[in-house]
Amino acid sequence: MSAPLARQPFAPSAAAAWSVDMALPPTPVRQAPGVWADRLFGWLARGAAGLTLLLLAGILLTLLIGAWPAIERYGLGFLTRAVWDPGQNEFGALAMIYGTLATSLIALVIAVPVSFGIALFLTELSPAWLKRPLGTAIELLAAVPSIVYGMWGLLVFGPILAAYVQQPLQTLFGATPGLRAFLSGPPVGIGILAAGIILAIMVIPFISAVMRDVFEVTPALLKESAYGLGATTWEVVWQVVLPYTRAGVIGGVMLGLGRALGETMAVTFVIGNMSQLDSPSLFAAANSITSALANEFAESGGGLHEAALLYLGLALFFITFVVLAFSKWLLARLRRREGRSA
Amino acid sequence: MSLAWRDAVVARRFAARQRSNRLALALALLAMVFGLFWLFWILWETLRLGLGGLTLATLTGMTPPPNEAGGLANAIFGSVVMVAMAAFIGAPIGVMAGVYLAEYGKGWLASATRWVNDILLSAPSIVIGLFVYALAVKRFHTFSAIAGALALALLVIPVVIRTTEDMLRLIPASQREAAYALGAPKWRVILQITLRAARAGVITGILLAVARIAGETAPLLFTALNNQFWSVDLGAPMANLPVTIFKFAMSPYENWQQLAWAGVFLVTLAVLLLNLAARWLARERR
Repeated sequence: MSAPLARQPFAPSAAAAWSVDMALPPTPVRQAPGVWADRLFGWLARGAAGLTLLLLAGILLTLLIGAWPAIERYGLGFLTRAVWDPGQNEFGALAMIYGTLATSLIALVIAVPVSFGIALFLTELSPAWLKRPLGTAIELLAAVPSIVYGMWGLLVFGPILAAYVQQPLQTLFGATPGLRAFLSGPPVGIGILAAGIILAIMVIPFISAVMRDVFEVTPALLKESAYGLGATTWEVVWQVVLPYTRAGVIGGVMLGLGRALGETMAVTFVIGNMSQLDSPSLFAAANSITSALANEFAESGGGLHEAALLYLGLALFFITFVVLAFSKWLLARLRRREGRSA
Repeated sequence: MSLAWRDAVVARRFAARQRSNRLALALALLAMVFGLFWLFWILWETLRLGLGGLTLATLTGMTPPPNEAGGLANAIFGSVVMVAMAAFIGAPIGVMAGVYLAEYGKGWLASATRWVNDILLSAPSIVIGLFVYALAVKRFHTFSAIAGALALALLVIPVVIRTTEDMLRLIPASQREAAYALGAPKWRVILQITLRAARAGVITGILLAVARIAGETAPLLFTALNNQFWSVDLGAPMANLPVTIFKFAMSPYENWQQLAWAGVFLVTLAVLLLNLAARWLARERR
């Protein structure tokens, strides 16, 4: 900090004048093409950045215009209407919104504790030489295309889920009053539960990667102080690391939630595609916003059906935007705190 | 007496804490195994069922009608064409916008672009598909390969912007200053010094973006649609692997499902290889 200040007296004005002299361009003529290229390049870069802004505006505007007939007809009540009947030209989003939220919630219930365990293992338990390959393996889970999850879920996982989880659960609890409603329906390995589990597998890498990264920024001083007081590894993680990184951890969970809400193919394969709301059963076939779009949009043939589907897309975009904004706010809060403690 | 009693309490509490510690760490190990289990199971099934259905005819034949022999050649070709087009459209725009953020960006445009880019990065890909449908398909009254490539390009741009900006920021300012001191104009400094120094990182970002779109299905469903035949017409629907897999996997026909598995194997292989290449490149740099 003080080194440049101390050197200042050694910079007499004569030297400064000399350096200005040397910096003068030899001839203004030689500069001209450079200036033009410079300006052009700057505008190209600015244009590319402006294009992304236009992109978002364009997406919002086209969705809004396309959805307008449905917005005009139903208003915001669309979001709480339970009917979806293309035959009768009656539309409401509640069944799909329920499907999207229920599958994402199941996904988080499974994925959050597992991701926490993975992050804990990678940061505190794993031998150093295993950290990298294991982290890579988990990240590869995120790279597998969603259509692979979908097909695997429909043809491999679904039947196994039906035979070894759903049927035993039904025989065990099928008559229990509180649980019966959630376990009714044909146990065929397709429906909300199956979609939720597959979403969980898909978001585990996202959540665990963020958790691992924020756990690693916890100052070693904090952890060592706790170890010095005799805390066990678990106590250090639960009582020091987790409170310190709480905002980042929630931000990571929100990131995973955003993925789960917008995931299309994996859900479309296994959710069963039934736009109805007559049963709270986890085994029942349902529809999410994304699966309804994937199945019906190409064949909607314009008109109110297409407008209603675009309205659904707009609702989905809005939901993911809110989730993202919340997670960004949390992560920014973490970063501020990090700055303060440094 | 009371001291011994206190020692006993402390010892018992210590044992309990040790126990819960061991339990928690065992659960963490279990979670790790749980995560890896799915990866290996999915890869194993893809390999087993995909390789089982993969023959030379799969790579040379056209997508067949139900219960007839055929292959995936037109779908593979279509996927390669559209992914390549998307990369050639999306990567330059993404790199330029990334350059703007890292080398120019200070004002409102920069912060707005960063914010919007994060939104685009997390936007569901099917919404991008809807946008391109309204933009291109509805206007020209036909599903087309161009629309498909455009939808994929819109998914490439935000990924490339993010990685390009991050990578350019890693280049020390002294390198830029050295180039400026030699009288180089800004565009030369960017093209020949900073972008060149960050080349490996920028290419890594492009590879990751290509890996992401190679398996994308949702944005193609209502842009490129699908095509049962070999087509090189960019203005017409074009076959592609993901949508073909979707259609074949959901069908009850044995041979279609087998082809779908072969397709899933090919897509997974391509995506994982691209990811590993990107990782390898990123590590080379360090």
